[in-house]
Amino acid sequence: MTTEAELGLRDRLAKLSGVKLLRGTKLSAELERLQRQLERLRADTSDEEIWKRVELARHQERPYTLDYVARILDDFFELHGDRGRLDDQALVAGLGRLDGRTVALIGHQKGRDIKERTKRNFGMAYPEGYRKAMRVMEMADRHGFPLVTLVDTPGAYPGVAAEQHGQGGAIARSQAVMIRLGVPTVSVVIGEGGSGGAVAVAVADRVLMQENAIYSVISPEGCAAILWRDASQAKKAAAAFKPDAAHCLELGVIDGIVPEPEGGAHTDHDAAAALLREAVVSHLDELLDVPSDDLRRARRAKFRAMGVFA
Amino acid sequence: MAHMSATDRIDVSIEHKRSTPDDQGAKEHPNTCPGCGSHYRDDELAQHLRVCPQCGHHFPVRGLERIAQLADEGSFVEDQTGLRSADPLQFFDLRPYVERLAEAEVSTGLGDAMITGTAAIEGLGCRLAVMDFSFMGGSMGSVVGEKFSRSCEASAGDGTPLVSVSASGGARMQEGILALMQLPKTICALEELHDAGGVLISVIAHPTTGGLLASFASLGDVLLAEPGALMSFAGPRVVAQTTREKLPDDFGLSESNLRFGHIDAIVPRPELRPTLARLLRLFGDAG
Repeated sequence: MTTEAELGLRDRLAKLSGVKLLRGTKLSAELERLQRQLERLRADTSDEEIWKRVELARHQERPYTLDYVARILDDFFELHGDRGRLDDQALVAGLGRLDGRTVALIGHQKGRDIKERTKRNFGMAYPEGYRKAMRVMEMADRHGFPLVTLVDTPGAYPGVAAEQHGQGGAIARSQAVMIRLGVPTVSVVIGEGGSGGAVAVAVADRVLMQENAIYSVISPEGCAAILWRDASQAKKAAAAFKPDAAHCLELGVIDGIVPEPEGGAHTDHDAAAALLREAVVSHLDELLDVPSDDLRRARRAKFRAMGVFA
Repeated sequence: MAHMSATDRIDVSIEHKRSTPDDQGAKEHPNTCPGCGSHYRDDELAQHLRVCPQCGHHFPVRGLERIAQLADEGSFVEDQTGLRSADPLQFFDLRPYVERLAEAEVSTGLGDAMITGTAAIEGLGCRLAVMDFSFMGGSMGSVVGEKFSRSCEASAGDGTPLVSVSASGGARMQEGILALMQLPKTICALEELHDAGGVLISVIAHPTTGGLLASFASLGDVLLAEPGALMSFAGPRVVAQTTREKLPDDFGLSESNLRFGHIDAIVPRPELRPTLARLLRLFGDAG
């Protein structure tokens, strides 16, 4: 880690604390966490350290979308189906009440036991899942409901039927729909932010990552298989493309990091949910009074500016 | 190259069979037709727009040659030639990314995997954004995303229709998460174009996979594909390995994509230029 990058992170963290990243929570505790994170980053960006994040992001006991829904939304009403073919169980959607107002929520859903995992297809959506997401986004837009998305997928499902049903086009269109929304949108990567399947529902006004979440262009295994020609080099691949939250923040890809309980979100679901709720509510609060056109303009400008070139 | 034997190079028989296990993975000479085994001199192929005169197989076309095939002679004016990739992650796999970039630039003569500029097709003004698979597998990093986005904005500004030709393995892994962000970035720019009443005609050449198909290539007002072009979000090998499904013979090919409703038409290469001209006229006469 170069000193320059470190300074960049320092600067960002300072700015974030300035805009009250976690309004209403103990700001000092948050700063302490970020400080610790910075120290960790400075001390150690070894393969092992980044790999630990990958493992935590995939931890079996990590809270999934519906675990958070049960803890942060009141009166959740799940909405099923893409109105065309089927109801993709890998991507859940619904309406609920957050901090007294109705919001639409979309999130990838994984499973813990074999039966649930199969039902949820390991959190890997078909195009039908993204079509369900799109119709819920458009409905939220019509009614002025803010949109919250929770991202937790190894990637969009790579299968014959998924291709036949138009996986690439569905992911492209889902992003286009999200870019056009006139309601405030907040996305949080709560586990694995796997490539196109993740960004399909993460083109938001505010994109956050939990402390131990990862967000990447390809899975470490996939990258290792292609560049190292050896999937067992996943650790090296992860260290090379740096999918952890601190690096994503530094690269300007995300707008903030949501802290987790000590040891990771899996150690205390309630505490993790409380921290997530605080972050989402505080960001939505900042966006609620912004006119639709300004939201759209700022959202486009933010994503349009991403990338580094000479 | 180590396993390429002398016989691979000089076999010009049209009965050439590639079914023996030893041939699997053996590299054909680039001018040997994988469809029928016919072999051509480079100028013969170029003369036929790199379509096999025997069986109609479409060979890959480099970016500048594609532009020469499509644009009126001498009409193309390239822009954005100065953009170069940076290396924000200081990415290092078996070799440093900067080294791969330098090598790609030397071997292709291009700054990155997309060539952009203004041109005329049958006298109709347009803007071209053409990918070159030879530059790191046509992968999309910050530079490709930026070039496409600027093309959208320029077209939104002056009302010139935009024609993209994709040939890409997807997002460029060496740029990590920033490569993924080129998906929403290019879509944002395309939204500006569409808001301004502009048009994108997206031509999909072999192969167009991953991030390209999950972004602007799928969002053209009209989607055209070349015969036999692979266009899938996940490549056949990934699908076979992940699902252990037996893949249909036409998996991900433009023919099956047409059948499933994902593209508007398959256009053989000799018809591409007149087809684009027809579409440019149709979109231009909206009033």
